[in-house]
Amino acid sequence: MTTDTTTKSPETAAAPPPGTALEKKRAARGHRRLLTRRDRITLALMAGVPTVLHVALVWVTALASIALAFTTWDGIGFDSIKWVGLDNFKQLFDDNPQFWPAVQHNVIWFVVLILIPTPLGLFLAVQLDKKIRFSRVYQTAFFLPVVISMACIGFVWQLVYNPDTGLINSIIGANKPGHYIDWIGDPKLNLWAVLIAASWRHAGYMMILYLAGLKSVDPSLREASALDGANEWQTFKNVIFPTLRPTNTVVLVVTIIEALRAFDLVFVFNKGAQGTELLSILVTNNIIGESSRIGYGSAIAVVLLVISLAVIIPYLVATFRKERRS
Amino acid sequence: MSASTVTAPSKRRAPIRPARVLLHVFLAGAALAWLAPLLWAVFSALRPYSETSAKGYVSWPDTLNLDNFKNAFQQSDMLHYFGNTLVIAVPAVLLTLFLSSMVAFYVSRFDFRLNLALLLVFTAGNLLPQQVIITPLYRLYLLTDLPGITASGKLYDSALGLVLIHVAFQSGFCAFVLSNYMRSLPHELTEAALVDGASVWRLYWQITLPLCKPAMAALATLLSIWIYNDFFWALVLISTGENMPITSALNNLSGQYFTDPNLVAAGALLTAVPTLIVYFALQRQFVSGLTLGSNKG
Repeated sequence: MTTDTTTKSPETAAAPPPGTALEKKRAARGHRRLLTRRDRITLALMAGVPTVLHVALVWVTALASIALAFTTWDGIGFDSIKWVGLDNFKQLFDDNPQFWPAVQHNVIWFVVLILIPTPLGLFLAVQLDKKIRFSRVYQTAFFLPVVISMACIGFVWQLVYNPDTGLINSIIGANKPGHYIDWIGDPKLNLWAVLIAASWRHAGYMMILYLAGLKSVDPSLREASALDGANEWQTFKNVIFPTLRPTNTVVLVVTIIEALRAFDLVFVFNKGAQGTELLSILVTNNIIGESSRIGYGSAIAVVLLVISLAVIIPYLVATFRKERRS
Repeated sequence: MSASTVTAPSKRRAPIRPARVLLHVFLAGAALAWLAPLLWAVFSALRPYSETSAKGYVSWPDTLNLDNFKNAFQQSDMLHYFGNTLVIAVPAVLLTLFLSSMVAFYVSRFDFRLNLALLLVFTAGNLLPQQVIITPLYRLYLLTDLPGITASGKLYDSALGLVLIHVAFQSGFCAFVLSNYMRSLPHELTEAALVDGASVWRLYWQITLPLCKPAMAALATLLSIWIYNDFFWALVLISTGENMPITSALNNLSGQYFTDPNLVAAGALLTAVPTLIVYFALQRQFVSGLTLGSNKG
């Protein structure tokens, strides 16, 4: 997660143990009758303390972001908070030269991740699922980038892309004046350069999720398909892939959230300077930069929040609904 | 058994199929390509700066030694920053597991009406991008005075502040995973104990928690790596370089030594060492933790 920079995704758990909902209800009611006063207080504290901490630091601050987005504030005294309506948003949409590029880059980030490393991760997972030798070794190699911190990855890729001393330019001889390629500084190139690094990491992550999904595919399906004389590709297309639907949902949500959260890598790579602006970078620069405008920073955060919730809420509602039914 | 010699031929090695060979060639090539950036960093870090600046980086090495690693470790006082990370990560992991297991117990064992809403709040909170909450959180940390409790006198710029936000943020995911796990435990276990008059706390502490050991181990591994790797919270909520955990400290150090890429490479690789140790030691837990959230665990 956090920071995780790794997004996680809940999905429906296994079907609950046998026992209908009715029985469960009865059991629960039975429970309730057996609880003493002290038990109730214990339970209230057990659920209450973590909830208060989580809600205070995550949800109250998220709501504060929304409230502050309509104000200006110097951050010193609460009496200096001034209501300005939609001014922050107007300025953001009309006058900030970085805002629309950032939105665009976040979208590009998602499109690239879903089109390149995600299918690649699926492909690798399908190959590694064949019980071949050295499978563990291959898996580890692809998965290593997911384990290492994004900051460290940023440094590693700087060594690859460095225009003067980096691997690429040293090999192709593009570190001499005349045909000099600046992978990190050139606004036409740097987003793609950093996306290669992000994809490099994302593929391993997707591979692991798909491997877990493939493990839960019923082996008799494969056998039946082989008996029917389907070849490998047909089996995958018509039998395996449809059963991976729950995994695909998770992968889609994870990828969207990864694209919205992208930060560390870009920050280490080139501070999110020209060409690699992202919404997360704009919010952060507004805090640690020269001019910290609270209302304005919150307005950018609200844009990020709205996009995130548009994905998170339908996904969770669907997930929990499925769980309820089971 | 003599019978087996008559029937199926003994399990000799399967004939080598060209498709398999091709697959291995592809996978080995891809795996090497995947490791290439890391290997390049290792290679650069093993060479002295003077040599690479004279011969270029893509050249046959005359000297390969660990000097850069030694210097990066000593000059940047890395041990001190590892210590900072430890002070943040250990309490954060333990506290997250403790709090989220209590919530999970409550949600999975008692069919109260709020459960679904509660779980939804926790899970959704964990999926938010951190930047959504950072502006008010930063102000909150600056405005919270804790004289005598933290060195800075505030939540801002203190290990305590980082522990709190890690716990708040991560407990969403853990509560979700653990509640699913606890739901799959047989109900009879707790029922019998309840009828015998055991207290709720005993049900949680002595009966449910020990059964959750595998899930807890997986989550502990995952949390350790995530919290260790955290860059963002520390970047914004810690101002004194001295108080930074290792991952964000690296960012400052690279600014100091940017003239020597080989030294920076060594420093960056050193910060990844503890993560890799934990990962290789607890590989299974890490992967199962990652997929617990997305699968049947």
